[in-house]
Amino acid sequence: MSEIPGDLKFNKSHEWARVEDGGLVRVGISDHAQGQLGDLVYVELPEIGASVTAGNAAAVVESVKAASDIYSPVSGEVVEVNEALNDKPETINEDAYGEGWIFAVRISDRAELDQLLDAGAYEELIENEDH
Amino acid sequence: MTEKTVLNATHRALGARMVDFGGWDMPINYGSQIEEHHAVRRDAGMFDVSHMTVVDLHGAKAKDFLRHLLANSVDKLKVHGKALYSCMLNEQGGVIDDLIVYFLGDEFYRLVVNAATRAKDLEWIEKQAAAFGVEVRERPEFAMIAVQGPNARAKVLGLLHEVDRARIEKLGKFAAAAAQGPHGMPLFVARTGYTGEDGFEILVPQEHAVALWEALAAAGVAPAGLGARDTLRLEAGMNLYGQDMDEGVSPWEANLGWTIALDEGRDFIGRAALEKQKAAGVPRVMVGLVLDEKGVLRHGQTVLTANGAGEILSGSFAPTLEKAVAFARIPAGEPGEIRVDIRGRELPVRLVKYPFVRDGKPCEGI
Repeated sequence: MSEIPGDLKFNKSHEWARVEDGGLVRVGISDHAQGQLGDLVYVELPEIGASVTAGNAAAVVESVKAASDIYSPVSGEVVEVNEALNDKPETINEDAYGEGWIFAVRISDRAELDQLLDAGAYEELIENEDH
Repeated sequence: MTEKTVLNATHRALGARMVDFGGWDMPINYGSQIEEHHAVRRDAGMFDVSHMTVVDLHGAKAKDFLRHLLANSVDKLKVHGKALYSCMLNEQGGVIDDLIVYFLGDEFYRLVVNAATRAKDLEWIEKQAAAFGVEVRERPEFAMIAVQGPNARAKVLGLLHEVDRARIEKLGKFAAAAAQGPHGMPLFVARTGYTGEDGFEILVPQEHAVALWEALAAAGVAPAGLGARDTLRLEAGMNLYGQDMDEGVSPWEANLGWTIALDEGRDFIGRAALEKQKAAGVPRVMVGLVLDEKGVLRHGQTVLTANGAGEILSGSFAPTLEKAVAFARIPAGEPGEIRVDIRGRELPVRLVKYPFVRDGKPCEGI
C-alpha cells in the first residue's frame, strides 16, 4: 500500500480532498478504497457546473466486483472533472492520490474542511477496519 | 465458523484478498482480477476449488439411483471415467443443485456438487439413496485445483509421471482418469472446467495439495481467484447456482433444457413437473445481454421488455470483451427493444446468443 500523502483530508467513506490555490478542492478515493474495490472498469463523472453537497453522492466508480457511490467531502460547484478516466479508469488503481483524481470543486464553505479526517486519523481508521 | 481449504496459508502468503464465499475463506484475487482472467484466456491459470463437495456413491443399484436422482441420464455414460453435467431437481422441477457425475465403475459413481449447497445436497441425496441401498460417502480428504487455459494441459502433463503422460494427454473432454503427480502423489485428473478454456480439474489428497500447487506455479501456472473464475464462467455462458437458478426455477427457465433427458420410461424426480410446464408453456426464459454503452450490468438490475419486466441474474464487466454482459430472466415471447435500468437510467442492451467467449475469442455476434 502506498504512503498516505500528509496534505490530504479524508471522508470516513474513503474519499480524499486536496486543498489547492483559489479555493479549489480536488477529490479522489484512497489507495485503500481502490484496493478494496479491485480493478476499476468505469467511472461516472459529475457534470461541470453541477453543485455538490458534502456527504452526498457526486460520482460513481464501478469495479469488476461492484458499483460504489463517491461522496463529495465538501460542498460547492464542480469546476473540473478527470475526463482521462473515461478511457482509463484503471488510473485510479495505479495512482489513487495523483493522476487518479476524479473531480474538483470550488468550495463554498471552508469550515467543512475541519470536519474531515487528517492523514493520521484516516490511517488509524483503515487499520482498525482491517482487524 | 468460516472454513478454510488446505491451501489457505498459501493464498495468504501470495497476498490474496480473501472473502467469505459460502462459508469458506477464499481468495477473490491475488492483485488484479482482470490480469488473472487474461492469464487463463491466454496461457494458464489455477484456482483452488477445494471448497467444492466430492461425494462417492457405491452400490449394486448406484446406476438405478442416479437414473432417478438426476434430470440428465447416466445411461449416456458408457465408458469408465466419463462425466456428465446434470441438474438435481425437487418434485416441483426446481433446481436443488447442478453437479458433475463421473462414471467410475459399474457400482461406483462420483459427484462433485457446489460448496454453498453442501448440507442440503447431502441430506437430499441420502434421503433418496436409502431406497436403493446406495452408500453415500463424502470425501472431504480431497483438495481440488482447477488448471485452465490454452496451455493448461501441457503444463499439467509435464508434472505427471512419465508412464501416465501419453494416456492423460489422450483423455477426451469431459472424462477423467487416475494418474501420478509430482513425487508419485495420486491424482484424479478430469478434463473439465468452468472457464470456457481447455484444462483439467484435479482432485488431490489434502496432504499433497500444497506441493501440487507449488509445482504448478513453478511450471508457470498463474494463481487466479474466484473473481476471475466468475467473469470467465459468465463469458463462457455457464450458469452459477444461486444466482442464475435455484429451487424456484426450472431448467427450462435457466437455459438448461439441453441437460434434460426425457428418455423413454425413466422416472426421475421432477420429471412430471417439467413435462407439465413444457406443455403449458414456459413463462420465463433466460437470455444473454450485451451493453455496448459504458456501464456495468449487475445482478438484480431491472430489465424492461415489451412483455414486462425481468431481471439481471449474473452480470459483470467482461474483461475479454471490454464491455458488460449478463444473463437475464425475462418474460417469454418477442421482447422488442430491451433496456436495463442502471441507477435510474434506462440503457439499451442487445439480446445475443451466448456463450459470449469460447477458446479465448469473442463469439460471433457479440
